[in-house]
Amino acid sequence: MSTAVQTSAEEKRAWRLRGRMGMLLVLPGFLFIVVFFAIPVFSMLSMSLYTQPEGAATGVFEPGLNFGTYSAMMSTYWDTFIRSFGFALIATVAALIIGYPMAYLVAVRLRGRPLLQGLLLVVIIAPFFSSFILRVQSWRFILADEGFVVSTLETLSILPEGTRLTATPFAVVAGMTYLYLPLMTLPIYANLERMDSRLIEAGGDLYASGSQTFMRVTLPLSMPGIMAGTLLTFIPAAGDYVNAVMLGNNVNTTMVGQVIDSRFFQSVDYPGAAALSSVLMVIILIVVMAYVRRFGTKEIV
Amino acid sequence: MKQLAHRIDISRWFVPVVAGLSFFYLLVPIVYILIYSFNDSGRTNLTWRGFTLSNWQNPCRPAGLCDAFINSLQVALIATVVATVLGTMIAFGLERFRFKFAGSANLLVFLPLTAPEVVLGASLLSQFLNLGVQLGMTTTVLSHIMFCISFVVVTIRARIATLDPKLEEAAADLYASASTAFWKVTFPLLIPGIAAAALLSFAISFDDFIVANFNSGSYTTLPQFMYVAARRGIPAEANVIGSFMFLLAVSLVVAVQVWRYWRRRSLERAV
Repeated sequence: MSTAVQTSAEEKRAWRLRGRMGMLLVLPGFLFIVVFFAIPVFSMLSMSLYTQPEGAATGVFEPGLNFGTYSAMMSTYWDTFIRSFGFALIATVAALIIGYPMAYLVAVRLRGRPLLQGLLLVVIIAPFFSSFILRVQSWRFILADEGFVVSTLETLSILPEGTRLTATPFAVVAGMTYLYLPLMTLPIYANLERMDSRLIEAGGDLYASGSQTFMRVTLPLSMPGIMAGTLLTFIPAAGDYVNAVMLGNNVNTTMVGQVIDSRFFQSVDYPGAAALSSVLMVIILIVVMAYVRRFGTKEIV
Repeated sequence: MKQLAHRIDISRWFVPVVAGLSFFYLLVPIVYILIYSFNDSGRTNLTWRGFTLSNWQNPCRPAGLCDAFINSLQVALIATVVATVLGTMIAFGLERFRFKFAGSANLLVFLPLTAPEVVLGASLLSQFLNLGVQLGMTTTVLSHIMFCISFVVVTIRARIATLDPKLEEAAADLYASASTAFWKVTFPLLIPGIAAAALLSFAISFDDFIVANFNSGSYTTLPQFMYVAARRGIPAEANVIGSFMFLLAVSLVVAVQVWRYWRRRSLERAV
């Protein structure tokens, strides 16, 4: 009896020690994130409220509580916000439609052929290894007026003669879709790869057609992967502006990130840039929270 | 009945065809980059003007290109090492220990993943402006460590979660101390996960434009060099460097895949 009590006291001490050990392991990285993420976010929020003293030189601001920056920025750029989130949403849906069959082919159809699986997986992550600016640039040439895509589509009469693809919202969304496709495909692959293939076979045994099995069994079971993939695509896409600048570069394709960049570096309007960036952060945070609440957090990444 | 058979047939070839097209779509720009690294382009790499090897022989010809390349390598290496060490510690602490504040630490690690690069870059820039910090290599490295660290934690936690705790228990049964069990059993099993996280960090940092653009000042990384050059046309030598890094990474990953495949087969044969 007494030994049992003793071990439990000993165990408790061991657990406390283990707890301290855990904290020690987490502490350095935790402090780094506090100093270089949490505090900077507050820095940005407070900078968005700064005021410019009258007659001060450009780039000179003092701490204040000027909420007017927010209304000024939002009344000028509300349509840019809508465009950014619209583009990001379309790109996310397109990446899901393109990425899911790839993930399904590699993870489910090619099960039991590890070498082929491995090599196709390399193809999926291959874009990560080449410079993304170069990839965006090459889309610019592929979609160019004299490029083969435009001429082929014109010959097939899918596009009327003289249509341009570059400098259009289409080009920007296509570039974004391409850029974030691996981020969509990999989590879905990881999810499908772990899925018990007997569940899919069971659907067939119960006389479900291929598409019924897919809709009723495979798709619902792969929701965590879809959720992680859509978040990993949507979040960076909403803030991206490299595609908008390199593939669009006109007033119909301006994204929020582009405005934040130029407010900081061209207009030297730090409060305006900080306000826009804060609004972007808060909207995405709300979207993510709603998403997580709807689908659960278990396998978010 | 005939109709049903027809349907199943469609779903049979539908997936490979769509996926095949998607794989093609993924590879087109990469092939384009590779081919145009051999373009006898003159100053800008806009149209095909004949095959040459001279870009590959003198990749440093355009002013500033190789400096930017070296800058990016340095930043990515430092950021990868620091982010991987800090991230592995966090992952292990959060996954294997229970302690107070674990919940808030968890949230703090997750939050940076919900911030797009612009927000991460802009908030750090606000901080550096407030403190009057001179922007340069140090601020670039710090911003990249921050950018990578949460991805490292997520990658390694997933790996730790799939480890069988019975292995550590077995080590303890064989009278291994906690630290011996960790270094002899757990850590070796984690190495593939840590390597994957490090590779991911390196790729993220090496290829980042937005975060660096906000925090690097006049220090130029390779993506920044290319972004600025793109207005006039990126030189073919940039394609050479891009292609070189790509081929290096792909051959590394393919070699690992093939090695794992052969090892598994020979193990199976031995059994």
